[in-house]
Amino acid sequence: MFVPCDRGGGSASSDFKGFTLLMPAVSVGNVGQLAIDLVISTLDMTKVGYFYTDCLVPMVGNNPYATGEENSLELSINAEVYSLPSKKLVVLQIRSPFIKNKYRPFCQTLLSWVKSSKCARVVLLSSSHAYQRDDEQLLGTPLRYLLTPDLEKAVGGLIKELNWKEMEKVAAYPGINDTEKVLHIPGGGITKMLFTESCSEGVQMAVLLKFCSEGDNIPDAFALVNYLNEWLQLIKSEVNTSSQWKIPSSWRLLFGSGLPPALF
Amino acid sequence: MATFFGEVVVAPSRAGVDEEEEAREETPEDREIRRELEKKREIDVLWTLKSGASTESSADEPFVCSKFIVAIGHNAAAFLSSFILDSVCWEVVGVVKLWNEWCRTSNTTNVLPTDSFCLFYRLISDPTVLLCQCSCYVAEDQQFQWLEKVFGRMRKEDLQVTILSTCPVADYKTQESTLTLPSPFLKALKTKEFKEQVCCPLLEQPNIVRDLPAA
Repeated sequence: MFVPCDRGGGSASSDFKGFTLLMPAVSVGNVGQLAIDLVISTLDMTKVGYFYTDCLVPMVGNNPYATGEENSLELSINAEVYSLPSKKLVVLQIRSPFIKNKYRPFCQTLLSWVKSSKCARVVLLSSSHAYQRDDEQLLGTPLRYLLTPDLEKAVGGLIKELNWKEMEKVAAYPGINDTEKVLHIPGGGITKMLFTESCSEGVQMAVLLKFCSEGDNIPDAFALVNYLNEWLQLIKSEVNTSSQWKIPSSWRLLFGSGLPPALF
Repeated sequence: MATFFGEVVVAPSRAGVDEEEEAREETPEDREIRRELEKKREIDVLWTLKSGASTESSADEPFVCSKFIVAIGHNAAAFLSSFILDSVCWEVVGVVKLWNEWCRTSNTTNVLPTDSFCLFYRLISDPTVLLCQCSCYVAEDQQFQWLEKVFGRMRKEDLQVTILSTCPVADYKTQESTLTLPSPFLKALKTKEFKEQVCCPLLEQPNIVRDLPAA
């Protein structure tokens, strides 16, 4: 699945032992993916490879993090891996939707890659439909977290100090039987499947998600990436952290081309 | 979510999220239906070429190819029909048989321009030059299969691939309005291994290419 780029580094650049894998779920508002774009762009991460997979719709374009003429010509595809060894961080970016019936094969292949490359833990950035919140969830912070039991043991204390809110479970049969609770992440894409598979496979995984709706999801992406930063401290968190994340050049024209002057 | 008239609907998501189906556990009947559907959507690539004079080939021997030109979509296929292909210099060496909700192709090589088809041609004077006209729509779940089955039979060393395709001007993202953009216009994407001169400007961010040409 993982195909390394051939750079001078050779095998060293694809050694992820002990690294944290940061990745998005393709979810409502594409918030996880936008947040990952901010991380890759701000930390100026180096591409170390890509996923050769039949689970995602194919796409290709020129370098979405280009800062000038000289680096704008590198091709970029739907699932690419970036790394920053100084922070023991490896990032997977997913740029297109999943093909029908391919959620499970992707989750399984991904988790077996996580194990074979000996990543220490996985952090999944995701989102969920805001309109599905219950009365209590409508108040307070729209950000939630989830930890697999293995990661709970490792970082549970730290997360408690951050005063974060755990994603609530909902009744399996609402109105009929309120005692049986299940995890429900509407609009979360592969989030629930990947999380439950990680629980049963003993993978250390955290899910960070935000309740949101479709629209201009750039503010949601900033909120999510700042939430992530409270824990992982990827950049120095000062008073106005929004201005420290670098927006990639590919975010231009998110809502289409310019308007014809004749319209006015 | 509730609409203006008060009825509750499931909000569609731009992210293409459709988890209701994925989350459900498959019953044996579901599995059987899915397998049957997958079989129906399988792609068959039928090659009629014989190998080059230098090697004796078995059916699976990869053939040598120096240039492979792929035209995807009606416009690109028509371009090749009008300006490149003719029955004197080119011979048909393969056909793709597939079915999806949008089109069905057959394994006949005698096609009309309005048919949906996917044919492979070889230049008679240089049998390492291959051409593909793909005017049928290859669905998302079939694109990877198409790729593997077509390229799987080719030797990839020293192979130059050129992909021709078209997109609506309205999909092009630019600072000015697309209404006043002089069209049609050409844009290109190239891998870093492509060292020759490109005949037109490169595709600027944030524009992308998707589906079979991207695959």
